[in-house]
Amino acid sequence: MHVVACIKQTPDTAAKVEVKDGHVTWGDAALVVNPWDEYAVEEALRLKEKHEGKATAICMGPESAKEALKTCLAMGCDEAILISDPALKGSDSTATATVLAAAIRKMGDVDIAVFGKQAIDGDTGFTAVAVAATLGWNALTFLSKIESLDPAGKTIVVERSLEEGKQLCSSKLPAAISVVKDINEPRYPSFMGIRKAAKANVPVWSAADIGVEASQVGAAGSAVTWPEIYPLPAREGSVEILEGSPEEIAAKLADGLIAEKVI
Amino acid sequence: MPTIFVYVDQFKGAALSASWETMGAAKKLAGEMGANVTALVFGHNVEGIAKESFAYGADSATLCDDPTLADFRAQPYAALLAKVCADGKPDVVLGPNTTRGRDLFGMAAALLGASAVADGIGLALKDGAVHVTRPAYAGKLLSTVVAKSRRPQMITLRPRAFPKPEAGAGASGSVTKVEPAMKEDDIATKVTGYSVEEGRVNLADARIIVSGGRGVGGPDGFAPVRELAATLGGAVGASRAAVDAGWIPYANQVGQTGRTVSPDLYVACGISGAIQHQAGMRTSKLIVAINKDAEAPIFKLARYGIVGDLFKILPALSAEFKKRLGK
Ligand SMILES: Cc1cc2nc3c(=O)[nH]c(=O)nc-3n(C[C@H](O)[C@H](O)[C@H](O)COP(=O)(O)OP(=O)(O)OC[C@H]3O[C@@H](n4cnc5c(N)ncnc54)[C@H](O)[C@@H]3O)c2cc1C
Ligand SMILES: Nc1ncnc2c1ncn2[C@@H]1O[C@H](COP(=O)(O)O)[C@@H](O)[C@H]1O
Repeated sequence: MHVVACIKQTPDTAAKVEVKDGHVTWGDAALVVNPWDEYAVEEALRLKEKHEGKATAICMGPESAKEALKTCLAMGCDEAILISDPALKGSDSTATATVLAAAIRKMGDVDIAVFGKQAIDGDTGFTAVAVAATLGWNALTFLSKIESLDPAGKTIVVERSLEEGKQLCSSKLPAAISVVKDINEPRYPSFMGIRKAAKANVPVWSAADIGVEASQVGAAGSAVTWPEIYPLPAREGSVEILEGSPEEIAAKLADGLIAEKVI
Repeated sequence: MPTIFVYVDQFKGAALSASWETMGAAKKLAGEMGANVTALVFGHNVEGIAKESFAYGADSATLCDDPTLADFRAQPYAALLAKVCADGKPDVVLGPNTTRGRDLFGMAAALLGASAVADGIGLALKDGAVHVTRPAYAGKLLSTVVAKSRRPQMITLRPRAFPKPEAGAGASGSVTKVEPAMKEDDIATKVTGYSVEEGRVNLADARIIVSGGRGVGGPDGFAPVRELAATLGGAVGASRAAVDAGWIPYANQVGQTGRTVSPDLYVACGISGAIQHQAGMRTSKLIVAINKDAEAPIFKLARYGIVGDLFKILPALSAEFKKRLGK
């Protein structure tokens, strides 16, 4: 069985993100594996271990994203592939899906592609389903548990986490799945893993390698543009600290909330 | 005449409030565009929702009522949405940014080669294109996103970011019935059941949320938090620290790796206000912070701050609100 984890490299969640001259910067904060994707990598590893398969991490991104892929190797992925090409710059989620789907198609033998819930920079959450649609696969999103998987019968039974509660479904492979935080606890890379990853060679596939035209991907192949990006406006007014005994504070707060019509 | 489609998200035959908020946003946009608004109602035994959509402003409704659509499944729903869009050629398709909305719009846009934008909190019409304001970088930044090409413009809207219109009485419109796009045998996924956790709340829909963090000290420390939430008719949220400690289920987690919420009132109790927590709650309309530490970052977001011990403050708040609300 071949499991692919799709991962993105993003700034660390604690980074102080700012906008300078219309561009987003995060100072010298570290770039990391998108936090949601750690759960995807962990689940890919668990599937590979349970079903004696192979786990590959793939990432579309600049050369620097090799570091994120090395983290995946250190965690235990068998292979990692970077998809990188100047033509891919500025891809929106549909163009990203085109690229990832083409890479998965090139590999040929993929049974399941695992995604994070969303990337913490764009916060879009469309990529998994868009890859499924592009490949003509089935999509199973927001998984909180894989109950069972039968590689020979190509079936999977999962639990999905919806607003209203958990949904149980059975489905078929190949599928694109996305996972949420309560599916697992991502492992830390082992010392051996880190040593192995440091020496590993991460192959780079270009747009031509995966058979996509420059016009289909990158800024040229994207439907949406981001004409403006700016910091959140500061919250209006400053905090009013309520003082007194707990009872006095409670009365003041009730007055305030009733006056502002929130209760 | 230009057309706007509104996907009316429903669960077990009840339309979500967020669907009508989306309808309200569509009506406003339609006014500027001179467009018609069509409600899209997919499901089984949901004809009532098609009628209900007129009360919230739909001019007409497209209904697909079929047993294959009883549960939301991405494939048959997306195939249907793609077909309805290919036939009706709308300019804009709006839907709520729920788990279903994201799946549906992401998949249908890829099938159609349309543009897709998620989680809008503001819409404006400029030069014939819809400019969508949306949070990015975990809510640390806002961006304007516009589809320069490819129609329709498929946009999901954050629940509670747009006002829900008042339901008008007596409104009516025409309902067009359509056939599903997939047969049961061709649908890979079968839904076998639901399990709803006890006391589970839909945080995304809550008007009031009272959240507890590490400061509540343990599972029992959520008792006064729950009491205040119950008094106010609100839901209980939590920081990741409280969830990771196992004091409360993950479903209650607010933040970057939990739920994103925009209630009218958010009360943070014993929560420091780490950037990842803020990411999930900073679009709340009014924030109250209760914390022992006057330097806690949460006070920077708060309208009202209470520096003190939550175990003393919360019971006093519950008592006072019970009195005020006549409970
Ligand atoms: C990748 C990543 C993702 C994350 N995602 C999330 C997320 O989705 N949501 C989230 O919340 N966090 C998230 N975090 C964690 C976040 O960084 C913080 O660690 C977390 O929010 C802290 O929770 P807290 O405020 O409850 O705890 P603390 O920061 O420990 O704060 C506890 C507060 O309680 C106060 N206090 C203690 N006792 C009392 C008392 N008796 N009365 C009143 N006040 C009291 C203290 O003064 C303190 O300010 C994430 C972190 C990472 C790295
Ligand atoms: N550039 C990328 N390379 C590999 N995987 C990606 C990339 N962008 C997004 N993904 C995957 O798609 C998921 C959702 O991303 P998004 O739709 O951008 O929010 C992420 O959690 C990743 O699993």
